[in-house]
Amino acid sequence: MLDVARLSVSYGKHVALTDVSIRVATGEAVVILGANGAGKSSLLKAIAGLVQPAPGAGVALDDKPLTGIPAHEVLEAGIALVPEGRGIFGDLTVSENLDLGAYAHRARKEAPRNRDLVYQLFPRLVERRHQRVATMSGGEQQMVAIGRALMSAPRLLMLDEPSLGLAPVMVGELFSALKQIRHAGMALLIVEQSVRKSLDLADRGYVLEAGRMVGNGTAASLREDPVVQRAFLGMAADA
Amino acid sequence: MMKGAFVWAIFALTLAVLAAAPFFLEAYGLGLLIGLLGYVTLASAWGLFSGRTGYVSLATVAFFGVGAYAVAALNEVLPYPLVLLVAALAGLGLALAVGLSTLRLAGVYFVIFTFGLAELVRQLVTWYEINVTGTLGRYIFMDLGPEHIYWQLLALAAATLFITWRIDRSRLGLALRVIADDEVVAAHLGIDLARTKLALFALSSVIVTLVGAIQAPRWTYIEPAIVFNPTVSFLTLVMALLGGASRLWGPALGAVPLFLLFEWLSANFPNHYSILLGLLFIAIVFALPKGVFAFAEMHLKTRGGEKRIVPVEAESKP
Repeated sequence: MLDVARLSVSYGKHVALTDVSIRVATGEAVVILGANGAGKSSLLKAIAGLVQPAPGAGVALDDKPLTGIPAHEVLEAGIALVPEGRGIFGDLTVSENLDLGAYAHRARKEAPRNRDLVYQLFPRLVERRHQRVATMSGGEQQMVAIGRALMSAPRLLMLDEPSLGLAPVMVGELFSALKQIRHAGMALLIVEQSVRKSLDLADRGYVLEAGRMVGNGTAASLREDPVVQRAFLGMAADA
Repeated sequence: MMKGAFVWAIFALTLAVLAAAPFFLEAYGLGLLIGLLGYVTLASAWGLFSGRTGYVSLATVAFFGVGAYAVAALNEVLPYPLVLLVAALAGLGLALAVGLSTLRLAGVYFVIFTFGLAELVRQLVTWYEINVTGTLGRYIFMDLGPEHIYWQLLALAAATLFITWRIDRSRLGLALRVIADDEVVAAHLGIDLARTKLALFALSSVIVTLVGAIQAPRWTYIEPAIVFNPTVSFLTLVMALLGGASRLWGPALGAVPLFLLFEWLSANFPNHYSILLGLLFIAIVFALPKGVFAFAEMHLKTRGGEKRIVPVEAESKP
């Protein structure tokens, strides 16, 4: 479904990504692993149209080319991003944040139905819907951010470090919500520090190192991969 | 619901009282009200764009002057309603041209550009008048009594507030609040930033143009230095800031006291007017950066907040 080919991104002289190619099939969950600064966020931003890739890159959703088109059109095409740090609007209420999620043309008609789905997924948001988001906990804010992205009825949901800064209990809750989203048939592309949990969720994964793709495989094979184990899973403790 | 009906009733009543004002007022009072309404409309239109998007525009007077000049140039050629229409279209054209080329500029660059734009338009008009028409000033003789000008301005002011109210409650209003907060995330929500900003800038600019056009017959004689006077831009801005530029009633309520104060200052201290004006600008920006509304609200909240445990009623809007 999503096809990214030969993607390179640089910020001035600083090269963030070199020649990265990934694919996400319909309904598939894919995780991007990599240390801080490996280029994971740049990859998501480039797909979302928030940064311009170097010439020669090809990003396509079902053969519809997305390279070089503005962010709001990428969303219309069916790719939503939950940005790192959530990007929610603290002065607005939960319900207003969700309304904003349905701003895209593709989402307007189905907004009431999608809102129901979001509230089913995160029942806690129902009771908080008139509360200002800034007054809520980090975990609840992350629910709002994910809910808002879901309001645009995406075909592919991208999440940039969704568990960052959350209490362990909330991380568990977050991943069970993501599992439900996945079972509903939505494709996921996740950048995540919580490697074990994301490999449990994902079908496949890619490993980025210093802006280059250094490995990929099924979630099971990555879990067994000695490099991944050493770098991300703390092998000694795991054995 | 009750509250909504009450607010509408107050609004209608105020409008009716204001509409009847010309029957009770002397010429001076009416003149004062015309000036006041002009600035109420200018400040509200300014707030409609700049207060909501955070793009501070100093181009108010460029549009204001274009409106005035359109009337001066056309009032003997076309019937009055058509003159207003042409003025509005001229403002729209200028706004689209400027908006398309500048709304990509962020922060201070936009401020500087709009300030430069007002000067550019003034210089262009001056150049044209000197080299092509051979005069610097123009006379406007029209059969419009002050009460007609007043009623037109009143209608425009009411329309501006109504449009702003509608926009604030719409999907677009929500989008605007978000653009000022975080453009990147806004774009990511599917908001077409360029188009949204451009549409609002054009709307606000057309209103400003009409204020200039409607007021033009009051002056009888106009020249570029009068109708493109940058003080108009600054006054508009500081009025909107005083009241709270992002609120529906903020700019209007900021315009009333400041307009009266400026009238009094210019009558009593004509030579020190600019200095006093400058000091006042600085004082307002320092003391009330978000406007009196936000200031009052903040103080009420911190006083009431001690009693409350859970922050409820987060949705309450002015």
